[in-house]
Formats: sequence, structure tokens, C-alpha cells
Amino acid sequence: MTTSQSQHGKPIEQLTSVAIRFAGDSGDGMQITGSKFTDETALFGNDLSTFPDFPAEIRAPAGTMAGVSGFQIHFSSRDIHTPADRPDVLIAFNPAALRGNANDVRPGGMIIINIDAFNQKSLTRAGYAADPLPDLRERYKLVEIPFTTLNRDALKGLDLSSREIDRCKNFFALGVLCWLYGRPMEATERWLATKFKGAVLEGNIRSIRAGHAFGETTELFPASFAVPAAKIQPGVYRNITGNQALAWGIVAAGVQMDRDVFFGAYPITPASDVLHEVARYRQFGVKTFQAEDEIAAVSSTIGAAFAGQLAVTVSSGPGFVLKQEALGLAVMTELPLVAINVQRAGPSTGSPTKTEQGDLLAGMFGRHSQSPIPILAASTPGDCFYTTLEAFKLAVKYMTPVIVLSDGYIANSSEPWLIPDVESLERNPVRFAQPIEVGEFKPYARDPQTLARPWAIPGTPGLEHRIGGLTKQDITGNVSYDAENHGKMIALRKAKIDGIAADLPPVEVDGPAKGKLLVVGWGGTKGSITAAVEAARGEGMNVSQIHLRHLHPFPSNLGDVLRSFDKVLLPELTDGHLALLLRAKYLVDVQSFSKIIGQPFKIGELVEAIRKLHGA
Amino acid sequence: MAAPAVKVTAKDFTSDQDVRWCPGCGDYSILANVQRVMPELGVPRENVVFVSGIGCSSRFPYYMNTYGFHTIHGRAPAFATGIKASRPELSVWIVTGDGDGLSIGGNHLMHTLRRNIDTQIMLFNNRIYGLTKGQYSPTSQVGLKTKSTPQGSIDHPIDPIAFALGCGATFVARTIDVDAKHMQEVLTRAHQHKGTSFIEILPNCPVFNDGVWEEMQDRKTRAQATLSLEQGQPLVFGTPEGRKGIVIKNGSPSVIDLAAGDDPVAKGVVVHDEKIDSSSYAGMLATLQRPEFPVPIGVFRSVERATYEDMLQSQVDSAIAQRGRGDLKALLHSGDTWQI
Repeated sequence: MTTSQSQHGKPIEQLTSVAIRFAGDSGDGMQITGSKFTDETALFGNDLSTFPDFPAEIRAPAGTMAGVSGFQIHFSSRDIHTPADRPDVLIAFNPAALRGNANDVRPGGMIIINIDAFNQKSLTRAGYAADPLPDLRERYKLVEIPFTTLNRDALKGLDLSSREIDRCKNFFALGVLCWLYGRPMEATERWLATKFKGAVLEGNIRSIRAGHAFGETTELFPASFAVPAAKIQPGVYRNITGNQALAWGIVAAGVQMDRDVFFGAYPITPASDVLHEVARYRQFGVKTFQAEDEIAAVSSTIGAAFAGQLAVTVSSGPGFVLKQEALGLAVMTELPLVAINVQRAGPSTGSPTKTEQGDLLAGMFGRHSQSPIPILAASTPGDCFYTTLEAFKLAVKYMTPVIVLSDGYIANSSEPWLIPDVESLERNPVRFAQPIEVGEFKPYARDPQTLARPWAIPGTPGLEHRIGGLTKQDITGNVSYDAENHGKMIALRKAKIDGIAADLPPVEVDGPAKGKLLVVGWGGTKGSITAAVEAARGEGMNVSQIHLRHLHPFPSNLGDVLRSFDKVLLPELTDGHLALLLRAKYLVDVQSFSKIIGQPFKIGELVEAIRKLHGA
Repeated sequence: MAAPAVKVTAKDFTSDQDVRWCPGCGDYSILANVQRVMPELGVPRENVVFVSGIGCSSRFPYYMNTYGFHTIHGRAPAFATGIKASRPELSVWIVTGDGDGLSIGGNHLMHTLRRNIDTQIMLFNNRIYGLTKGQYSPTSQVGLKTKSTPQGSIDHPIDPIAFALGCGATFVARTIDVDAKHMQEVLTRAHQHKGTSFIEILPNCPVFNDGVWEEMQDRKTRAQATLSLEQGQPLVFGTPEGRKGIVIKNGSPSVIDLAAGDDPVAKGVVVHDEKIDSSSYAGMLATLQRPEFPVPIGVFRSVERATYEDMLQSQVDSAIAQRGRGDLKALLHSGDTWQI
């Protein structure tokens, strides 16, 4: 750690990385506070990773454990992959937030509390039998700030109700943090100006500035900290969440494929934000349709695909399973569409705001009979953009529904994203079957290369044809009850999907191509696994890593890669779904490492798992 | 839409597939009438799409030489919504039945009707499940004995017309399988209507519910058993010797006898008006049921309301007018960005 002196006299300590967790009531504005701090940090040039963690209830009773909402940000001057296992700093707005989060803080870390919110009643409400502060003072740097009082003083004289004034106190705290970590506040002030006006705008701006000034002058903080900008790949960056990237991927697909998009969806946590975001972009020719239920969402989407649109539907687990029958029809009728599942913790309603990877097998086998659908999984918030684009490309090229798996963690987390050069994005203009004047149209005659049938859309003379869920006759697509034909069509559809493997890039191994231990991952666990593998290498272990986007079919070289290692470890936020598939397909003794508590992996627990399998 | 240059006939709308309904099924007549009406509508064949769910009626698209989509049970209106919302220029027809449309698919039927998507919904109501071999349906009469109700059905039936009116349908009509001329008129009107057109068609199921509409289908009894709805005409039915009319007494409909020279209007017989904005009048008509009343046949309601697909398209158009056609590069760079 190096130290320098700020112009105001307090020393500045240099740090490599810091993790901060904001915690308070769900009505306290923790998500806003965290995301504003994130934006400032991104603009400052740090690498970062965030983890919003909030309850399903919109406003649980104030001051109770049920209502605690948290937002963690990890930022660094180096390349980082996760929001960090333990925060270095906790800002707790009330006793419940303290009780729910204090034990996560790194030993010796800093805990900042709103001391105004601490009294006998609120301590009891949070379930504290005794005053926790004396003990915390022993174990942490406990900083007690009367945020409520200070904020009220700062906003005195404004034409705001006391309730409105108190609602600004999160920005006072944000101001303190901005001073403490040398963050610029202009982006937040600009954002406030777009959000509020009049006294409310002035109040929030006064709060954040007063917080900053307080940090500078108070004796509670003997020093501030600096986390220098990270050295990352040059380019223009922005902050992006997984859901935003899914939405932009959908919009981009329409542009890159020269066709309007139809998006049918039904609101469901944590996928609704994708619908909200895309609904703002009608100027791209995108039609969003909020259907009456999940079944209508997917059905309208398949209808739009039949009519020749780039069709997409988005939901989460419970909604996804409602779509399975209709997806079976899309398999039978071989129509292109993208079905996105932002997975959440289940079964049933489960924990709607918590993450899980439990729907892989539902995507593989959730429909009745033989109903193969390609499956892609996005690995980071920004990767959601590219995964969506690829899904559309495969759907249209192979005339098939494609499933995209995201999860609650990457959906809401954000990362700095190198904005792609639009010119460099693949262009795949849609091509339909052309009108014919004589002869009979054959809706199930296939492209010999891809085995895709033609996309023949209503409005095209000479291509009038009927499709449906009944078994199709090969070539003509007419209803068929012929036994041999039934088997042939099952085999053709399977061959078509299996054939996609030849179109996929081979799996690239990070680390030695053969050796002692391979760690395999898929989807949103990439950040944690990468960080853990790096840590294990740091301890001298011989570890390689692959991370799969293509889960069905698998890339052609996957079996060879798996067999090149003595041991294979597969961490998943589910009960060994991918491990089951890999063991079955490749007869490789894949060791599953499962965690199903609605939370992402911590680096520490993965390093421990690697250590155990690798051996000292 | 321009009429096709070459004169097209019903044959042009007939596919090469063998029709596989039971002998004597009322669906044959509906198919023949639809194929006969199609050439008259002036829509190029390639712009016509038939969408169906599951059940006997839903095999319909396979027999039409147009675009067709035989989908899954009850969801045809949702598929049709996706088709029409994305391609408003297409003429979209939905074929469903009393089980497909009102049981498993009731939700989609409701929402399609309230959204007023410009499609024609033909609901074949034979008051029985045919393709699953004879279970009672949501329109079956209480007491109907079927394989699944050996002691008789205890479900109160739903009336398709009342259902459609309750959902805010802008065009609601009923016709019978055996009355070709009437059916063709209703189908033409339904096509001309801009918005969701709901047509209840009463076909006989000779295998599982034979004779359920016999009074309305039999020429001998049809005059007493049906009431023909004609715009601006009094609600008069019966034979020339035994004319009767519908009057409203104490807020409820009742039947009066009309003598040979009586002016029905002077006698207080209600004059039919399908254009009334409120659905309460049409709702009254929907309550007219056998045996107390004749069953109304014709257009119950036909009112104007903006269609879903037009409003959706105008949102797209106005977004483009206000913001210009979307620019992907500008979108990706919108908001806060930074250069490294």
C-alpha cells in the first residue's frame, strides 16, 4: 500500500481492489445507490463486478430481516471476475441490514452504520437480543454516522416533506462513499437531473454533495482510498447488465438479419426487465407483445415465426415449463425462434429473485417424446448480447427453436462492456423461399447441408402449405400415419440438430491442453470459476479450464478435451445437470460440485473444491 | 387489396388432402361454404391463413389450399395474434370448437376478443368432445350423459355468444351448418368487419351428440325455433300463419303473438340494431334460448373499435417518425460510456 496526500490534507491510501456492500430496507434505495456508485466506478476506469441481491417482496415490513436488500460492488485496478466473496466495507442502513450482512464482512473490514436507525425498538425488530455494536467495535472498524440527522440538516429550508427529505439520505451516504474512494459524482448528478426536478432534484444533489463534504471534514475517516483505473483492452466501454444485454441482442438481431422482430412475453421475475427494455425500441421495428400468459407468449411468437418475423420469447423457470408444449410444436413444424430462460431458484415459485442453473435438463428433456432443441448459455452480463445474436443465427439457419439460458445472477449483475464495433458484427440477412408458378411446393424438402427446411411465409404465391403438430410426411409435410416415415422424421430432426456441432467453434482450453485437472463450467458461473482457477494456479496447482456456451449439441472436440485430463471438476449451481450429460455422452468420470442455495459461487469454496480434487 | 386477375373458384381453395370427418358431420358443410365464400372476398389465396387448435374442427386448415397452421389445444388465437400482429396485411381465420375454444382455450379467446385483433374466429359448437370420443364439453347441457358423465353432466354450460359479448367482442354472429346462404352471408360480413369477428356455428355431431340442434336444422321446425336477425328489422319469427315477435316487458324479453295484419313495430316488437355501442342489447339476445324462445341467428353486434395490430403498428410508425429508424451503433453507445 502506498500513501499520498490529498489537496485537503488527509492522506490517500492506494488499494488494488475493494468490495463494498450497500444494505438497507427494500425501500431505502440500496439498488439505486449501488448502481450509481457502479456507474461512477465504471466511468473512473476500474474493472468491476456487481451483485444485486434483493427480496421478492416489493416492500416487506420496514426494519425486518425479510426486507433487507443488498448491492455489492467489487472494483479493482486489475482484471476481476466476481463481485468478491466477502465485502471489505458494509454500509448498513438499519439493524436488520447489519444483522443480515455483518458476518459476511472480511475480518477487520469496515462497517458503516446509520446510527440514527439504531434504537431498542429497531434492534428488537431485527431480532437482536442484545446491542451488537460493542462486539462489532472489537472485530471491525465500526464507523457510526448519523445519516438521517446530517441529511435533515443539509436539506433544511427546502420545500420538501420530512419523508421526502429522509428519502434522500441514501444519496448522502453515496456522497460519503464517493469521497472515501475518490469517485467522480458528475454522472450521478446528471442522472438525477434526468430523473427529478425542482426541490426533489435539489434535495438529492444537496444530499450527495453534503455527504461528500462530510467525508472530507469528519474525523471518523482519517484517510481516503484510491483504486487506480485498470489496464484493460482499449476501446469504448459501458456498463451493462445481463438483461440489458439480452434486450440489446434481440434488437441487434433484427438489424443484423434485416428483419423485424416480434417479442411475445409475460411478466416474470427476473426476466421482465428484458421485455421492459425491448419495449422502448419500437423505432427498430420491434413489436413487443405482453401476452395473457406464458403459453400465449410462446404461441404468439411461433405464430410470428410462421409469418416470417425474427421471433423471441423470454421468461424464467415456471414460465419456461409452461412453454414446453408449444416448443414441441415449433420442433415439429421446424420454425425458427429464440426462447430465453433467465433461470431462477426453484422448484415451483421457489426464490424468484435468487439465482440457479437448474433448468438445463428441462431444456434438454422437458418436452414429451424426442424433441431436440439447441441450447446456448450466456456466461457473463455482456456475453448475453453475443449469445442472443448467435441463437437467432442458428435458429434461422437450421429452422429450429433455440433455447438461451441466462440466470438471475448475470441478469442483474453488471460489468464494464467493451462496446462492439457494429461493422464487425456478423450480418445474416434472412432469406425466405421464393414464389413458384408451376409445380408443387415441398415444405419439408431439406437443404442437404443443414437439413433445414425452407422458410416459406404467408403472402408468397405458390407456396401455400399447411403445417401442424401431427406427424409430417417427409418432403411434402402432409399429415402421415406411416410408421416408417414417423421414425425417419424423428431421425431427421435429431440429425439436423446434432449436425449443428460441425458449425460450432471447438472448445478452447484455458491452460495446458492436457494434464491433471480440468475445470468445466457453463453459463453464469464463468466469473467465479475463472477467478478460482487463477487462484489455484497461484497456489502452484496444474489446472486447466473450459467454459461451455454450447450445451446442445456439444462442440465436436469436447470428448477429446475431457479425456485429456486425469480429473474433471464441474461446478454447477444445480444438482449436476451438465455433469450428468457429460458422463452419459462421453463416459468420463466428471466430478460434480453443486451449490443450490440461490447464491453464486464464492471463489473460496471453488478453490477448496479444486484443491481437494487436485491433491496437494 | 386488388382482386386476382384470373377468376378463382372454390376449387382453388380446396387442398389435395382427403377430408376425414365422420360421414354426416356438420363440418363438411362449413368447409364447403368457406371454400365457396373465399373467392368472393377478393383476397389473394397466398394472403389467407387458417389457424386452428386441436379437435375435430381444428383439422380444418389441412383441407384449405391456403396457408394453414394446425397448432396446439386451445391456443390458436394466440398463434393467430402473433401472425396478425406482425403481418397485418394477412387475412387470418381461426377455427376452433366448444372444447378447444371455451375450455382449454378460454383464456386466449377472451384476450383476443378484447384486444380486437382483426381475425375471424369460427367456433364450431356441437356441444360435445368429438375427437376424444364423446365427453361432455363446456357448452353441453346439464344432465347430458356421456362417457365421463355416466350420471349426467353437473356443469352449468357457457353460452359462446354471451362469452364473446362479455369480452367486448366487436362483431358477434351465429349461423347453422345447414343454412348455406346464411352462413356465406355471415362469413362475408365477418371478413368485412375490421376487428375480431366471432362466429358461433352450430354443426351436428352425428356420432356423439346427434340431433343437438335438430329443431334449428330441421326445415319443419326452423321457423319457430330460430329468430333471424336483420339490421333495422323487427325481431319477428314463426310461420306466416303463426307470426310471433320479441318484446321487452319489465326489462325482460318475452314472446307475443302477431295477428295477420299486425304491424310488429306498433305492437312493440323490438327492432334489431347491431350497431348499439353498449353490449346489453346483444346480451339480451344471447339469453334467448330454447324452449322458451327462438334461437337468434345472424349478426348480434357489429361495432367499430381500433384494432390491436393497427395500434401496435402505429406505435412503431410514430417511434420511427419521432426518433428516426433505430440506429444500432447509437443504441450501444447511448448513456454513459468511457474510452480506455
